[in-house]
Amino acid sequence: MSDSLAPTKTKGYHSAKRKKTWALTSMVLPGAIWLVLLRYLPMFGIVLAFKDYQIYTRAPTLFHNIQHSEWVGLKNFKFLFTTTDSWIMIRNTIGYNALWIVLGIVIAVSFAVMLNELTNRFVAKTYQTLMFFPYFLSWVVASYFVQAFLDPTRGLISNIQSNLGMEVTSWYNDSKPWPVILTIANLWKNVGYSTVLYLAAIAGIDTTQYEAASIEGANKWQQVWHITIPNIRPMITILFIMNVGKIFNADFGLFYNVPMNSGPLFPTTQVVDTYVYRALMATSNPGMSTAASLLQNVVGFICLMGANTIIRKLDEESSLF
Amino acid sequence: MARVETMPVSHTGKKRKARMNAVSLPTEVVIHIVLILFCLICVIPFIFVGIISFTSEESIREIGYSFLPNKLSLQAYRYVFDLGDQLWRSYFNSFYITIVGTFLSVLISALYSYALFRKDYKYRRFFTIFCFFTMLFGGGLAPTYMVCKNLLGLSDNYAALIVPTLLNPFNVIIMRTFFQTSIPLDLLDSAAIDGSGEYHTLFHIVLPISKPGIASISLLTSLAYWNEWFLSMLYIRDAKYFPLQYLLMRMQNQVDFLVKNSSKIGPEAAKIMRDLPQESLRMALVVLIVIPIAFAYPFFQRYIISGLTIGSIKG
Repeated sequence: MSDSLAPTKTKGYHSAKRKKTWALTSMVLPGAIWLVLLRYLPMFGIVLAFKDYQIYTRAPTLFHNIQHSEWVGLKNFKFLFTTTDSWIMIRNTIGYNALWIVLGIVIAVSFAVMLNELTNRFVAKTYQTLMFFPYFLSWVVASYFVQAFLDPTRGLISNIQSNLGMEVTSWYNDSKPWPVILTIANLWKNVGYSTVLYLAAIAGIDTTQYEAASIEGANKWQQVWHITIPNIRPMITILFIMNVGKIFNADFGLFYNVPMNSGPLFPTTQVVDTYVYRALMATSNPGMSTAASLLQNVVGFICLMGANTIIRKLDEESSLF
Repeated sequence: MARVETMPVSHTGKKRKARMNAVSLPTEVVIHIVLILFCLICVIPFIFVGIISFTSEESIREIGYSFLPNKLSLQAYRYVFDLGDQLWRSYFNSFYITIVGTFLSVLISALYSYALFRKDYKYRRFFTIFCFFTMLFGGGLAPTYMVCKNLLGLSDNYAALIVPTLLNPFNVIIMRTFFQTSIPLDLLDSAAIDGSGEYHTLFHIVLPISKPGIASISLLTSLAYWNEWFLSMLYIRDAKYFPLQYLLMRMQNQVDFLVKNSSKIGPEAAKIMRDLPQESLRMALVVLIVIPIAFAYPFFQRYIISGLTIGSIKG
């Protein structure tokens, strides 16, 4: 572009270039300032993970509080790992994520393939619209949906149980059924989204491949297996890597709102993110909270890099970076 | 099962040849059944909550929540409109943060991504990494909370509900990709030759032809603001600033919240409290929150899908 402006590097060329750089920098600036204040400044707060945070009563500003809090080394981390809570929340976070990554891929890819095989496009579009709907609702709204079924006195399932003379399950006090409930809730909200993504990838496949295959006598299953799946493999890989990178992060809303923040359910509903929140707000222990999120960040980063490296070894083109 | 053999249109809108080798009829029937079942699972909870909101309180007391209530009633909605001070306040708050937040967020993201799109921008590389690094690493909830609350004064004001989510690197990726795929570089060249300044080029030449991209990130952002409850939980104590979602969340354990925050006081309030159709009232609120999304979303689905597709592939 600059070539067309001035082929020879005259004084005017340089000032025009400087002007352009200034203009573009001024465009970046609002965003950059926001990033500094809300993303980079808090990174210094990571020191909290190594401190025993106390309010400095003489001048209780954030900076003074941090400055005058005592260094405690790895005490916060040690404490994190000596409690049974930490084992539970790490197991829950990784367990749910691993299960949901696999289920999510299998179900969403199947739905996308099915939708693509339908001959009536209008019907297919309607299905897609309906199954995408839950993605647009918040977990607060979803928690009411769940409550409509599980409420101990009025919920639909509780009522069916009592009408059949069965013992009514106290859903919000019994942690055992929650792995299933949370799995259903998660799939309910997110399968439509992944299906749409895979569908977009399938729509991009060159259809002559299918025609050639059908002339060769390949049946539908063989076509799906040998043409559709290999063609959308990069998409599957990308979503897989991104999800593995987030394996130590949980969807806070799901784990906080859907079980109604109910204490007896913590054995199956406590995850790193809810712990980080509860340590900060309920027990006001920012040190422990920061330690847990730092751990989360580091493990997440390693997982992402690890997943990417493995994928690159298997299939160079599919890797993220 | 009606078979339409005329040129089906794929989801991206581009025409493709009718496939001669469609699945067999029985297979297609099975596929329809599976998909219909899942679609029902997706929408039935909402329909169920809708029915509950129209159920009379006596019916709920007798047979609980049911698809076939004994008696229907508009009681819940009458109460909502009657003592709606807090509700209207929250409705206003939700609309306010959605509109203002989306406008600011889209403006900032568009400016930022335009500079990143310009290959001849000197600091392009630096600011690209500066933005995307925050997707990989961050300070965590506690430090961010303390900076926002203590340093930036984001507490009990509208800014607290808008500022913390203003810039999303995901949207920057979507916007930059849109520029890369839809803006011909010659266009920028000729604009520069015509003496168009950078801001003029962006606002009068580039953005008008990037409307689908703007639509994508606007819709994703407004959805995020409309569904916002986490920031309220962190930064808002004063009910004056509660958005709808947070009001709903608080109503889960305190149904009387609406009465306490209405203009009704004394014996009148006590009477209302006594006859309050608690169960149906909360469900009526859920319906009132979901309705705007349910009606708007099918029309805008296309833009949202294109945004999400780009974001997930390039991100």
